[in-house]
Amino acid sequence: MLLLPCPNCGPRNVAEFRYGGEMHPRPPAPEAVDDEAWTDFIYMRANKAGRHREWWYHHRGCGLWFLAERDTTTNTILRTYLPAQPHGS
Amino acid sequence: MWRHHDLAPSYDVVIIGGGVHGLACAYYLAQDHGITNVAVLDKSYIGAGGSGRNTTILRSNYLTPEGVVFYDESLKLYSQMAEEFDFNVLFSRRGHLTLAHTDGAVRTMRRRAEVNRLQGVESWLIGPNEIKRLCPALDVSEHPRYPILAALYHPPGSIIRHDAVVWGYAAQADRRGVHIHQHTTVTGIRTANGRVTGVETTRGFIKTGAVLNATAGWATTIADMVGVRLPIVTYPLQACVSEPLKPFLDVIVVSGSLHVYVSQSDRGELVMGAAVDPFASYSLRGSLAFAEGIAGHMLELFPALRHVRMLRQWAGLCDMTPDYSPIMGLTPVEGFFLDVGWGTYGFKAGPISGRCLAELIATGHTPPLIFPFRLARFYERDLVGEKGAASVGH
Repeated sequence: MLLLPCPNCGPRNVAEFRYGGEMHPRPPAPEAVDDEAWTDFIYMRANKAGRHREWWYHHRGCGLWFLAERDTTTNTILRTYLPAQPHGS
Repeated sequence: MWRHHDLAPSYDVVIIGGGVHGLACAYYLAQDHGITNVAVLDKSYIGAGGSGRNTTILRSNYLTPEGVVFYDESLKLYSQMAEEFDFNVLFSRRGHLTLAHTDGAVRTMRRRAEVNRLQGVESWLIGPNEIKRLCPALDVSEHPRYPILAALYHPPGSIIRHDAVVWGYAAQADRRGVHIHQHTTVTGIRTANGRVTGVETTRGFIKTGAVLNATAGWATTIADMVGVRLPIVTYPLQACVSEPLKPFLDVIVVSGSLHVYVSQSDRGELVMGAAVDPFASYSLRGSLAFAEGIAGHMLELFPALRHVRMLRQWAGLCDMTPDYSPIMGLTPVEGFFLDVGWGTYGFKAGPISGRCLAELIATGHTPPLIFPFRLARFYERDLVGEKGAASVGH
């Protein structure tokens, strides 16, 4: 069983959470980007084999959206934390 | 069946990934176009990835017309394979039932049946009595939590021995002069002025002007080497087999609502697969949540199996795309071709994608059959939404 530490609730079974995908910050001024850059933002992903940052939602718990740093090759959770800005950082 | 070679200093075409897709492409390059100076590289043994981890189901009852004609061509190539290769691939036409447990699912099945028939693919809706006749072991009563209301019946649905398919393509490609290099990892791809010039591997450098990325699980890692971004997220998918049982299930049964698909192999084992895992990962570790989930869902469909034991479980990597369709063809880097994003539907498409990619590499023209699946569709807002037809609700 994989345990994911919720910043509010501590380590919980990963089944309590919903995966929110890799963190890919929204362009700061969406109206200023061209179609290609917007397509990159919507569809393209780094999909990294190794350490990356991602969103999680404590769906069957406290309802918190937070960020985690995880190694996708081993599923080791390196840390979980609250975003500094609404769209992540 | 295939020989070991030293790495040649140059090849006309280098195919990364020695699965059904890569080996089929090598075979059709040689067979259809006379291009035999081809290398197939695999970081492990051939067929070690998705080609050896799928549940071997072949079908063409998709939702989009683009998908239906494409997968149907593949099914035809599979059905001729044993004769073409003079090699037994245990192709077995079973009939394929996609169960509908809700009104919404019935509506989708009806639509798929019509799309399939318009493309000349045998597919129609049947009710519980007909389902019971085709598959007596299924519980079609109203007792289960999600009773079976109807099914999309697709008589051409088949299973095949997936390892034999890999070996068949490998042997035939080898016989025509293709070099198969196992345990050869690609560490970089060299480009100059926007075109591919060579491939760096753990066994040395290869000069080449054409590289096909035919990997699953490593599609983005390979594409990163030439700076091509992909709309792919990699998820594990788990599957399992039961202990061998006497033959009782001759159709393939799929339930999207219950996230399960099952067929009985020639050895008598029930081969069962589920949906992709709930979060993206490159880890091939199995989970108890999967085993519990699939066992529960199987028992809802087949209550008589309650004493049957699970023999083994494993995982494979699925490169999911936003529209649940693959990505094949050209990229902004000249000489770098894609055959990736095969999600949960790659094995059944191996022969036809290999043949189409071989044509593209040999002639420079994208065959109409794979044009809808180009990478540029994401920039042109021309997606091929296949979500409704994926056999398991994603």
